[in-house]
Amino acid sequence: MFKSKDLLGIKELTPEEIYHILDSASGFKDVLKRDIKKVPPLRGKTVVNLFFEPSTRTRISFELAAKRLSADVINFSITTSSVVKGETLKDTALTIKALGADFVVIRHSSAGVPHFLSRLLDISVINAGDGSNEHPTQALLDLFTILSYKKKIKGLVIAIIGDITHSRVARSDIYAFTKLGARVRLICPPTLLPAEVDQLGIEVFDNIEEGLKKADVVMTLRLQLERQSKGFFPSLEEYFYLYGLTAGRLRLAKDDAIVMHPGPMNRGVEIESEIADGPQSVILEQVTNGLAVRMAVLYLLAGVKK
Amino acid sequence: MKILIKNGRLIDPSQGIDGIGEILIEKGKIREIKLEQKSKRAEVQKGKTSELQSFRTIDASGCIVIPGLVDMHAHLREPGFEYKETIATGTKAAARGGFTTVCCMPNTNPVNDNIAVTEFIIEKAIKEGSCTVYPIGAITKSQKNEELAELEALKRTGCVAFSDDGRPVTNSLIMRRALEYSKIFDVPIISHCEDLYLSEGGVMNEGFVSTILGLRGIPKAAEEIMAARDIALCALTGGRLHIAHVSSEGSVKLIRDAKSRGINVTAETCPHYFSLTDEALISYDTNLKVNPPVRTKQDVEAVKEGLKDGAIDVIATDHAPHHIDDKVREFDSAAFGISGLETAFALGLQLVAQGAIDLKQLIMTMTITPSRIMGIPKGTLAEDADADVAIINLENSFVVDPSRFLSKGKNSPFNGWTLKGTIEKTIAMGKVYDWT
Ligand SMILES: [Zn+2]
Repeated sequence: MFKSKDLLGIKELTPEEIYHILDSASGFKDVLKRDIKKVPPLRGKTVVNLFFEPSTRTRISFELAAKRLSADVINFSITTSSVVKGETLKDTALTIKALGADFVVIRHSSAGVPHFLSRLLDISVINAGDGSNEHPTQALLDLFTILSYKKKIKGLVIAIIGDITHSRVARSDIYAFTKLGARVRLICPPTLLPAEVDQLGIEVFDNIEEGLKKADVVMTLRLQLERQSKGFFPSLEEYFYLYGLTAGRLRLAKDDAIVMHPGPMNRGVEIESEIADGPQSVILEQVTNGLAVRMAVLYLLAGVKK
Repeated sequence: MKILIKNGRLIDPSQGIDGIGEILIEKGKIREIKLEQKSKRAEVQKGKTSELQSFRTIDASGCIVIPGLVDMHAHLREPGFEYKETIATGTKAAARGGFTTVCCMPNTNPVNDNIAVTEFIIEKAIKEGSCTVYPIGAITKSQKNEELAELEALKRTGCVAFSDDGRPVTNSLIMRRALEYSKIFDVPIISHCEDLYLSEGGVMNEGFVSTILGLRGIPKAAEEIMAARDIALCALTGGRLHIAHVSSEGSVKLIRDAKSRGINVTAETCPHYFSLTDEALISYDTNLKVNPPVRTKQDVEAVKEGLKDGAIDVIATDHAPHHIDDKVREFDSAAFGISGLETAFALGLQLVAQGAIDLKQLIMTMTITPSRIMGIPKGTLAEDADADVAIINLENSFVVDPSRFLSKGKNSPFNGWTLKGTIEKTIAMGKVYDWT
């Protein structure tokens, strides 16, 4: 079923492969509801979590997913300082090879690093976020979450609000949602819109009220606070005034619209607290589904002939 | 020793020559060049029989025999970055690529902004080089954009042009002064056009491909703004401006327009700007990381058009060799640059095969035109000129294998490409390098 030994991005997946992962994830979600949540398929396998960027949430999710599948987990958190010491990415890759790992889950601030590892290693490489490129398991868990509420993706209007330019989540989501037939709207200031993104078959709005009209799904992205000093917008207050998700604005979306956020949130910057914690929010559900989706990815890649 | 090259097709645009003929080389100079005329040929052979022992005869049947190529833009890395390249290895790579003259950029360590470094390069090249090297001096001291380097001293010591290449001259007033002051010596100011604010953090062309790769883009405007500024300063000062590594359609148009207005500007492009588009970066291959970045199909077409109609005068290599550790790493932190000397002519021949330019034009852009811009006595097969010759088989193909480059820099995006046009022999100042 899976052609590749790796999960580098949603870009590379067919709709069939995406559905295959989601089906498998729903099986694991059932497992997670049991008393005994551990299953044996990855017994004797080793998963290396290689995080060059701090991300407790994603790392813990992968770690737990691997452990639920009975794999051994090694966590490598590589700070910038040890990279400065002279060890290259290639050295790190060769170390992992020498350890005899079966999977490497990689998070890096530079786009393309998973692809680099994938060429050097014959084990499975899973992209847990590379620069502004992709974060495929996030998009898969977003799809899974939307499906569990909306039962379909095709034809849904999904609005993504925020810093699209620097967001790997936005890119993976755009690929995932459009591949499965959703209508994607990007809502952001023109300074945070990547070049020629309209070629991806999406709609762009710089006015949040326009963009939210009749949306089925509203997703806000985390705003990196340092973008302000780089001149992408004049102040956080002005950003919130123009693009913050407020109760008043959410009313423009469909009544049954769900609200999503990849976390961690900046409350009061991109989203109002009362919405983040309100009845339409499925943000915690996303976290639970992340576990099931990552179990599915590990499980399916284990079955690929290397 | 005398060398007689015979049976080859001599093409020398500097003299309007194209035909089967012979070249006689003596004491490192072109002694005689003759197009085949039955009677004369017999005469040559008869007349020279007695001396035949001391002749080395090179049979160039099936090959073109052209002036040794002239690269007006290369980075030889010495002094300071000998782990990337040296004058010895860089000039050897040049010769391997059919080049007999290389002008080297000053962004070494220390920067070539004083006569000690210029002298070092010239002496080193004479001692260890495989071809002629002309240094290019820095425009500003330490390439720091603060004050002019001593241009007269550099020129007197042997620099043939000035450039802060690797960086732009960000201060417009200093650029103005450089264009004015260099008029004393009638040498070009070579501009690396880049608005550093716009290009900051960028690693590839800004466009759809950078968007889907999640890599930071460098907009074409970063190049075009500086090209426009420098053209305006050139018009203001009447100095001589040469625009390096033109990559974008907008720059080509700016230069074409400036020339039509009589502004004293010349320009070069490099093989990667007419051979590659940003779509090739999909693999995140850092060998494609170069500054300015490879652009889109539309830009490639514009660059070809510019070469055809003369908006762009020269094909230079911007040979930028790097150590493997500077390239085999994260795309964001990998070094910019392509090791280009050993593939340049064959890539140029692709333009001829596509009908974008003709063979004579290609040879001009890589021989006499850069020589004239730099004011150096190269790029010609004229009698009494230095015996710099390239003998090239246009029909032979080869597969590019960077691991076999003579350059220390194996960073080529053309790895595995099959190209036509093998350099059979290079003759530099009468010294023969046989590559067959
Ligand atoms: Zn440059």
